[in-house]
Parts: sequence; C-alpha cells; structure tokens
Amino acid sequence: MVRVVYFASLRDRAGSASTEEVVPPGATAASLWEAIRSRPAFQGVASRPGFAVNGAWAGPDAVLVDGDELGLLPAVSGG
Amino acid sequence: MSQESDTLQDGGGSVRIVTAPIDVARVIASVAGPESGAISVFLGTVREESLGQRVLFLEYEAYLPMAEHELRAIVRLLPVEFGPSRVAIEHRLGRLEIGETSVAIAVASPHRRVAIAACAEAIERVKKTVPIWKKEHFEGGAVWIEGDARSPAVRGGVVAGGGGRDRD
Repeated sequence: MVRVVYFASLRDRAGSASTEEVVPPGATAASLWEAIRSRPAFQGVASRPGFAVNGAWAGPDAVLVDGDELGLLPAVSGG
Repeated sequence: MSQESDTLQDGGGSVRIVTAPIDVARVIASVAGPESGAISVFLGTVREESLGQRVLFLEYEAYLPMAEHELRAIVRLLPVEFGPSRVAIEHRLGRLEIGETSVAIAVASPHRRVAIAACAEAIERVKKTVPIWKKEHFEGGAVWIEGDARSPAVRGGVVAGGGGRDRD
C-alpha cells in the first residue's frame, strides 16, 4: 500500500487528508496520480501537481513501493 | 495544524514553523552577532485585497516535516552561494488576520550586499520550493492559491462523495 497525502484544493477534492492505495509493481508517481485523477472527485483538475515521495520532491517517474508516502502538491503559495 | 516546531539550527541559521504570532525581533536577534555588519529583513504580511476582492483573512497549511526540510535547504545553501551570512526563516501556519506577519526572514552578513541579495533570494525560494499553501477567505467563499492559479475551496473540507471532516 502507498499512502497518498493531499494538500490545498486536492485535499478538498479527496475529502480527507490521505488515502491508502494499492499499486501494481512498477507504479510511478505519475501513474498513481493518473489513477486518482480518473475518479469523479478529481474531474476537471487542470494541471498535474508536484510530487513528493517520502517527504522529498520527486519526478513523475519516481517508482513507488509498498510503504511509500506520495505527496500530491499543488503549486505552492507560501510566503 | 497545531504543529509548532522547535528551532532547528543549521550552519548557524535556523528555521521555524509556528502557529503563534511571529516575534520579528527574536528572528532578527537569532542571526545577529559581532561579525555582522548588516542584517536584511523581509516580512510577508497579509494584504486586505486580492485581485480586486476584499480579503477577510488567510489560512496557511504546510506539508510537515517536508516544509521544514525545504526551509533548512534554503538556510544551508544561501551562505554557500552568496557568501558569509547567517539566515533565519520563520513561517506561520493557521489563520492570519489582515496585517499579520506570515513569514519573517533575517539574513546577517559582514556586508550589506550579501545580506540584501541573500534575503531577496530566500523569499523567492520559499515561494517556489516550500510546500506551504494559502487559502484566501472572502465574503461568501474562499480560494486556494496554487502558484498562479486559484481553486475554489470547499468550506469545511466536505465535498460530494467524500468522507470530509470539518476543519474550521
């Protein structure tokens, strides 16, 4: 299982701060995002979020394994 | 969002993510020293207006501890890139009223040019690389600010079909 954590508007859509996802071998940050994005709550999301794997920025091709945490990070707006 | 991190020292600098009001004098004091010839300070403050709309208040949230790690990277790298300096960054989360300080950055250096340039770069990096988001609350609604985009926010975090919890 991969724990997916959501922020800002994506958390509003998810309806919770995190979900547990079963991923096939070889799953990547981008492939899991595509699976999530196909759900009704995520219809209309305009742009792909940034990814973090286990708390560090990661590219779309980052491979996920059981126990990983995938952060779905909309463009940030601190400051 | 009740996280209140301890001050984390890093190469003489420090980062802190807080929910209580930022004590700017303390942030400045944390970088001051006898070798300093200049201290440059940046404060981000809550503006009453956004794209012509009157803002009631802001809410900030962060991905912790990643946000602290990213702040520490900024504090660690700036002295390497800009020259001898000590950097402190403190960012506040939760609800902030108009005029309150959301972020305070202080950079001390033997020389003013380093202090000013590193301070300017620090806030640019905070706004690009640190996983913190702001939600603007208006009369009758709220929007998440996500880079240059604005996404309508769901009051209380409840969406159709979701198992949402009230966050307010």
